[in-house]
Amino acid sequence: MSKRIDVKDLNVYYSKFLAVEDVNINIEARSVTAFIGPSGCGKSTFLRTLNRMHEVIPGARVEGEVLLDGDNLYDADVDPVTVRSQIGMVFQRPNPFPTMSIRDNVLAGVKLNNKRISKSDADSLLEKSLQGANLWNEVKDRLARPGSGLSGGQQQRLCIARAIAVSPEVILMDEPCSALDPISTLAIEDLINELKSEYTVVIVTHNMQQAARVSDKTAFFNIAGTGKPGKLIEYGETATMFSKPAEKATEDYVSGRFG
Amino acid sequence: MSTNSLTSTGRAGDSGDKIFSGATLAAGGLILAVLFSVAVFLLIQALPTFSADPAEITGGEGFGSYILPIVIGTVIAATIALLIATPLGIGVALFISHYAPRRLAQVFGYVIDLLAAIPSVVYGAWGYAVLAPQLALAYAWLAENLGWIPIFEGPASQTGRTMLTAGIVLAVMVLPIITSLSREIFLQTPNLHEEAALAMGATRWEMIRMAVLPFARPGIVSAAMLGLGRALGETMAVALVLSGGALDASLIRSGNQTIAAEIALNFPEAFGLRLSELIAAGLVLFVITLAVNMIARWIISRHKEFSGAN
Ligand SMILES: Nc1ncnc2c1ncn2[C@@H]1O[C@H](COP(=O)(O)OP(=O)(O)OP(=O)(O)O)[C@@H](O)[C@H]1O
Ligand SMILES: [Mg+2]
Repeated sequence: MSKRIDVKDLNVYYSKFLAVEDVNINIEARSVTAFIGPSGCGKSTFLRTLNRMHEVIPGARVEGEVLLDGDNLYDADVDPVTVRSQIGMVFQRPNPFPTMSIRDNVLAGVKLNNKRISKSDADSLLEKSLQGANLWNEVKDRLARPGSGLSGGQQQRLCIARAIAVSPEVILMDEPCSALDPISTLAIEDLINELKSEYTVVIVTHNMQQAARVSDKTAFFNIAGTGKPGKLIEYGETATMFSKPAEKATEDYVSGRFG
Repeated sequence: MSTNSLTSTGRAGDSGDKIFSGATLAAGGLILAVLFSVAVFLLIQALPTFSADPAEITGGEGFGSYILPIVIGTVIAATIALLIATPLGIGVALFISHYAPRRLAQVFGYVIDLLAAIPSVVYGAWGYAVLAPQLALAYAWLAENLGWIPIFEGPASQTGRTMLTAGIVLAVMVLPIITSLSREIFLQTPNLHEEAALAMGATRWEMIRMAVLPFARPGIVSAAMLGLGRALGETMAVALVLSGGALDASLIRSGNQTIAAEIALNFPEAFGLRLSELIAAGLVLFVITLAVNMIARWIISRHKEFSGAN
């Protein structure tokens, strides 16, 4: 599993406000792509159009195409629910369901798709997903305890376990480490490296080192000024983006000479 | 002098702090004092009933046999009201908070809040004059077709002024309470959790089941308990709607009575021991309400760990 994403001429709106303008980007399967750029340039907004979470906000809409292995997510007869079950998402703040146990959190998505999963299948999927999120050893003795009782870093890995439990084609992560300490951050970066072998991963980050460490390709977004739409300025191999980018703005940003 | 400079009280907020904590303490104390004096009043006034010769109590068989039927009646009326109003209230609240377009939701919200402001005597009059005659037809059908179930045993009331009607009127009365409280709580569901559910491919209803309802559970219980409190204590509407009488399993015949209505109907002419009896009945209602609230707190606290409060 894991599919590629091709975005064509995408404009993203909040009601009348054009937040992101004319993005074209091709994201390879089984790769890690980092989105970087200054605050407010539309990284989160754009990321959320890749699994149709953008339209959850009242008045929000998009123009253009997002193709998942050639199939347009925004075709009129595509159900956003189907899209989201194939393209998972990890948010900036860890958000396990507080009323569910660790076990139920991991299996929540699976139970949506397949109500009659047997106990033994559920158990092995639970272990596999938690192993996959590097969390199994820490929680295997308290699977029935509430997910909200874990540390922030553990909660975030629980959310990753929850996302990979449904075997998605793509995993989107919006600053997954910004609320975490350096150790938990490293744990999650390692995890992203492992996820790459099975999934297409897209990650938004403010941390240049992180982008450099985890991603194969990097996309730099920028904004001309407040109220102006964000744009994709440059997209390329991460190594190139950080050593000799084509655009002056990219170079200023990655070298910290920005603003 | 070795004064600790950290103890100096130069801060402006200091006196404000003291005044405020004093005020909250006074307010809290006042509430307790009022509650306590009501309880003492009820107890003292009710005492003659408990020490009286059983033969002198209404019914002639002591306070227990006098109060039991109307306790049961009270509980039945309130239960019917809750059974109808809780699911309906949750449904309407969910519609307002998560399904209706924003405009419509606002209008709906206002209408519900208005319903809560209607005096109970109006509900009583409506139940008596409009609802009961309509329901009488339904009761006749029920008695004919489902009469083998004890609660629908015939002959059905011709006027429709029965326990079931009273329960339905009570349900309409507590519906706004349950709806508006639930709606407030549903709207407070953390966006974080709603998005977590949607992002893994939940439909709106699945999102509600995963994120909204579990979050709102304690609030729904509280809302239902507030509704129950109103249903238990409601006087005018029941007094107007119900053609009361002895305890009866059938809900579609006249009969049964609630404590609150019993007190309201008999209070004007009561004196002496009869007055004390009615006050003792009031005391029992007080205890029932208290017990219901404690059970509700217990239900909520049982799930504290998974409430998300941590
Ligand atoms: N719910 C919303 N309604 C209206 N405008 C919004 C909304 N969310 C974001 N915006 C606007 O869209 C633009 C892009 O915001 P977005 O959150 O995508 O930026 P970002 O690049 O993710 O920033 P950050 O790095 O701070 O997370 C901003 O101008 C922001 O004000
Ligand atoms: Mg963002």
